[in-house]
Amino acid sequence: MSKRPEPVQVIKQRRDGVLRALVDGVPYIRFLGATFERRGDELTAIMPFKDELIGNPLLPALHGGATAAFLEVTAIISLSWNFMWEDMESGALDVTAITPDTLPRLPKTIDFTVDYLRSGLPRDAYARARITRAGRRYASVHVEGWQDNHSRPYAQATGHFVMPQRDS
Amino acid sequence: MSDKIKLASQFIQALPHAQALGMTLEDIDAGTAVISMPYAEKLVGDPKTGVVHGGAVSALMDTCCGAAVMSHPSNPSGTATIDLRIEYLRAATPGQTITTRATCYHVTRSVAFVRATATDENEDVPVAMATGTFTAGTGK
Repeated sequence: MSKRPEPVQVIKQRRDGVLRALVDGVPYIRFLGATFERRGDELTAIMPFKDELIGNPLLPALHGGATAAFLEVTAIISLSWNFMWEDMESGALDVTAITPDTLPRLPKTIDFTVDYLRSGLPRDAYARARITRAGRRYASVHVEGWQDNHSRPYAQATGHFVMPQRDS
Repeated sequence: MSDKIKLASQFIQALPHAQALGMTLEDIDAGTAVISMPYAEKLVGDPKTGVVHGGAVSALMDTCCGAAVMSHPSNPSGTATIDLRIEYLRAATPGQTITTRATCYHVTRSVAFVRATATDENEDVPVAMATGTFTAGTGK
């Protein structure tokens, strides 16, 4: 006889708890004001507009650096989330007592290239990462950022990362 | 402090994001700019090590490259980033100020080409290096 599926609340509590611990532990994400929404394993990053993110006060437009940082944050969190997913679901990672201190190490950025497609408007920005390759040691990630229309991205980025080693 | 640096520093101070990150213009002249960013807890990207987030270094690089373009003798009226690539050579030492030096090598009618290096207080090995292209002059 097959095992009964877990109650949905248990699953949600576990996944949301791990995501919260992952995101809340990073001061720079708080500084940007970015948050993450989850649908199953899919993450969407949101950076609500605030004056502190402005680069050109005359237009006004988002600072290219704020956009770069937002896309890099999205890549790192998505990569870490993907890395932890299996251990989180199998129970190998003790999620009942998870805190930023007990999480696995974060991936380290090797390089990150941002393509500025349009000027960032003084509005909320969204981003999603696609992990194009997740190897044992290196990973390659593509990130897309958009504002009003998902079909008109305002920036995209590709980056390479060194993954944390499981046995260390 | 020369008038040129004073004017350019006021310009950097007027950028809300640069101000929020605590950036200070150290030097600017004919296509070269130097900007520093002191260490702060809010800039930390890895809570276990206290190392500054790559994104904060990106913002510093982007600002410094833009300033280098604006100071180029061709006198562009404005600039915006087209593309910026950053290589992270090593983690910046927690507690230390990060300083970026950017040079704008060439400006065409529409494009400026820039390179930048970021160091912490140990200048032997840079923390990061950047290559970027920026709009110049009247733009698109």
